[in-house]
Amino acid sequence: MSRKDLTVKIGELKTDIGSVKNLEFSIGKIVGEKWTEPMGPTPFPSLTGLREWDMKLLQRYKPFYMPFCDLCCLCTFGKCDLTGNKRGACGINMQAQQSRMVLLACCIGAATHTGHARHLLEHLVSKFGRSFPLDVGGLSIQVEAPTIRLVCGVKPQTLADLEEVLDYAEKQITHLLSVAHTGQEGNNLDFESKVLHAGMIDHVGMEVADIAQIAAYDFPKADPDSPLVDLGFGTIPADKPVILVIGHNVVPSIGIIDYMKQYGYDGKVEICGLCCTAHDLTRYYNRGKIVGPISWQLRFIRSGIPDVVVLDEQCVRADAFNEAQNIKTPVIATSEKNCMGLPNRTNDPADATVEELVTGKIPGALILDPDKVGEVTTKLALKVAPLRKKFKVLPNTSEIIEKAKECTQCNSCRRACPQDSRIPKAMKEAAEGNLEKLADLYDSCVGCGRCEPACPVGLKIHSYIVKAGEKKLTEETYKIRVGRGAIQDIEIRNVGSPIVLGEIPGVVGFVGCANYPKGGIDVADMCREFAKRRYIVVTSGCAAMSAAMYKDEDGKTPYEAYTGEFAAGGIVNVGSCVANAHIAGAAIKIANIFAKRPLRGNYEEIADYILNRVGAVGVAWGAYSQKAAAIAAGFWRLGIPVIVGPHGTKYRRMLLGRADHQEDWCVYDARTGEEAYAGPAPEHLFCAAETKEEAMVMIAKLCMRPNDTSKGRAIKLTHYLDLHRRLYGTMPEDIHLFVRTISDIPITMKDEIIKILEDKNWNETVIPDPTLLPRMVRKRKE
Amino acid sequence: MATAEPWQTAEVPGPKKALVVTKPEVVAAMINRAKRPILIVGHKAAETTFEEGKLVDYTIELAKKAKIPIVATAHTVKEFLKREYKPASWMPAVDIGNRLSDPTWCGLDGKGQYDLALVTGLPYYMEWTILSGLKNSIPSLKTITLDNVYQPNASWSFPNISRKDWTRDLKIILEKIGTE
Repeated sequence: MSRKDLTVKIGELKTDIGSVKNLEFSIGKIVGEKWTEPMGPTPFPSLTGLREWDMKLLQRYKPFYMPFCDLCCLCTFGKCDLTGNKRGACGINMQAQQSRMVLLACCIGAATHTGHARHLLEHLVSKFGRSFPLDVGGLSIQVEAPTIRLVCGVKPQTLADLEEVLDYAEKQITHLLSVAHTGQEGNNLDFESKVLHAGMIDHVGMEVADIAQIAAYDFPKADPDSPLVDLGFGTIPADKPVILVIGHNVVPSIGIIDYMKQYGYDGKVEICGLCCTAHDLTRYYNRGKIVGPISWQLRFIRSGIPDVVVLDEQCVRADAFNEAQNIKTPVIATSEKNCMGLPNRTNDPADATVEELVTGKIPGALILDPDKVGEVTTKLALKVAPLRKKFKVLPNTSEIIEKAKECTQCNSCRRACPQDSRIPKAMKEAAEGNLEKLADLYDSCVGCGRCEPACPVGLKIHSYIVKAGEKKLTEETYKIRVGRGAIQDIEIRNVGSPIVLGEIPGVVGFVGCANYPKGGIDVADMCREFAKRRYIVVTSGCAAMSAAMYKDEDGKTPYEAYTGEFAAGGIVNVGSCVANAHIAGAAIKIANIFAKRPLRGNYEEIADYILNRVGAVGVAWGAYSQKAAAIAAGFWRLGIPVIVGPHGTKYRRMLLGRADHQEDWCVYDARTGEEAYAGPAPEHLFCAAETKEEAMVMIAKLCMRPNDTSKGRAIKLTHYLDLHRRLYGTMPEDIHLFVRTISDIPITMKDEIIKILEDKNWNETVIPDPTLLPRMVRKRKE
Repeated sequence: MATAEPWQTAEVPGPKKALVVTKPEVVAAMINRAKRPILIVGHKAAETTFEEGKLVDYTIELAKKAKIPIVATAHTVKEFLKREYKPASWMPAVDIGNRLSDPTWCGLDGKGQYDLALVTGLPYYMEWTILSGLKNSIPSLKTITLDNVYQPNASWSFPNISRKDWTRDLKIILEKIGTE
């Protein structure tokens, strides 16, 4: 179905009651049938449209609240102390308040992706026209927008078709945000239901953004062999003018690339990026380079290499402008959402603006026209580079040693550091001439820079760490496979059966940001481990970059060592944050393309299918942002569990199952209508792991699904038991909960496991055709 | 100097903050009086080294002497097993936090909820959030952190103390177990 504006023009109309001439009127929107699939029950669901499904999830995966603040300070009644679930002046209690804060975070996340999509779409429509076709994979992709089809019940074919999708998303976000106002929702689970709604809307926004840019900019279209490009600090040549772009909205970067190509600067000026803009510029231009994840902002700017810093939107440090000023590098802000206090030069002649910036009359400029950004930035880089001569603010070694002697060992830096890094000890050794301990801190530093303002004597601690770790920094030369976008329908057909039956043990998505507890190497390690085990590994965002920052004994990065196919043993980079839509999309397409479940406006059934049959797990090991919260919420509603690192507990609540509550794990057997115990699979919907080792065991466990065949369950159990024994030194305590019949037991461990089962008084159970939806039961109990 | 401020400076929770353990004997007395204590040990217990052994070794001694079941979180169980000590259970830290927050939970042995949870060896911020969950959901459960940094969300916590003072205090706790 598509909705179109209908305009009727009547030249002359005569009726019994009179006549009219030149009448023109618009009906607004009509519904036109172009898609033969019947409409499902929930197209364009409202805030409560999927509430029953949400409550099914929330009854099983109850919130465990861990308030990050005991107060509410959102209205003038407050501050209110909600400690111990006390009620505030408005009547809200602690549980509802925590869910309300999660909702706010998810609204921010969903609004950010949807706002990004809106700006992008407006630009693309102005550039390419409303009727520009949405080709995201040629003949390889028939289901071009699985989330949009599922949620909205529409099949977008042109850029214009995405406008109504965004209209819907924006309306929902407005309503959702209004729910957080004082005196609206009062029940924690209803807040949680709206969190899930915000997450679903976030995925709609992401899908709009990514399919629009793939189609219009001709990004790789579901290409498993998308090119390998350079990643890492060491790949950026310091002898050329360098333009650094930071953020997520690639439009201004494309303005720069187009200008460089058109005027012959391609190869003479380097363009590199940080965070998701970097992903997307390499999808457009494979000579572009990725410096690294979000946490590389300070270290790269302070190195003095960038000659112009271009900021777009999202995850840009608020002090990026100040940092750039310190290295005498002009800044071009390019987004209405992130103007940085700079004068608006959008309507000024490019050469005049370049002159102002080169002479230092203005330190930076806001330019909202991407083509003009291209011209100004390129000309500026060429003129500024010889003047600034890569001026940097990183100290030399002897300066660090001298400054370290001023350290009073007060611990303020350590207490400000999210990693609790032993900075004072490293400073003490530095004062004695040994920078090794400072260099060691480089590996786990998240680049937040909080150590510096905390220092009472003003030491530039982050710069010292970066300088001490300079050798590692300059040796960062890796390859990453360019974000490929969607998963092909044929790939889904090939893996659908083995995934649903459990023979491919799982799909593991490493997504999100870089607030890692012990450095990005953990992500690379986990990716390799699960690819070696023949899981399908999918990556996106900063996690996709971290996955690349490792070389094996042959000097190969994971993207060189493993295929980019969506297949067992593949490591598949889908692209930037908004490309996360393709990970959810792959799960949806398994239900639709492989299992032939109707997709159109049929959210509950598809989510029920995924929850019970598709062994997919998301891992946001360094999640920090509100966008990450919204992305996770979108996966939860689809029945896909998400694991976060230990910093993820700061999201205020987990959604945890209780394996010891047998009654929570009953499903309907769709064949008979009988209720059946299906075991705690997946055990949790949102869970923080304390260490990489725990995350790995948890991934293997959370890939189990009630629908696994015995062969599939035996394969999944093999990985779970093997990882548990290797990393925990023993067999898991809960094996009996995941063995349904003797045939589920991995053959190589049969005797050992049977003995455990006997000790646990285990009884065989049936393998149901699982569903949580009574309407999916094919035969009712007599 | 020992201070009763959150170790991570900005981790300020609200008006209800942990009572400060100035005398380790108080901790021993609370353990002695507890009817159903439990000890949660995170992975940092295997990374924290004293002059004699590691924090994980200390928790084994404490658990044996006070007859407290240990729940090892993350992969810490491996360290216990290396020392030929089998913890009562092992599970993710948020999982044991979730169970403890449930007043109807019957405990690891099915004999009922716990009245005292001792916690140590988790990353500071993770312990902070889990203790917040317990503080705000189950007033009947008292919590004590055995770490040497102030955890405002516990019922009782050491202030931020030196490794030397911490070692001394932990020894005193062990000595005083079972003396009432």
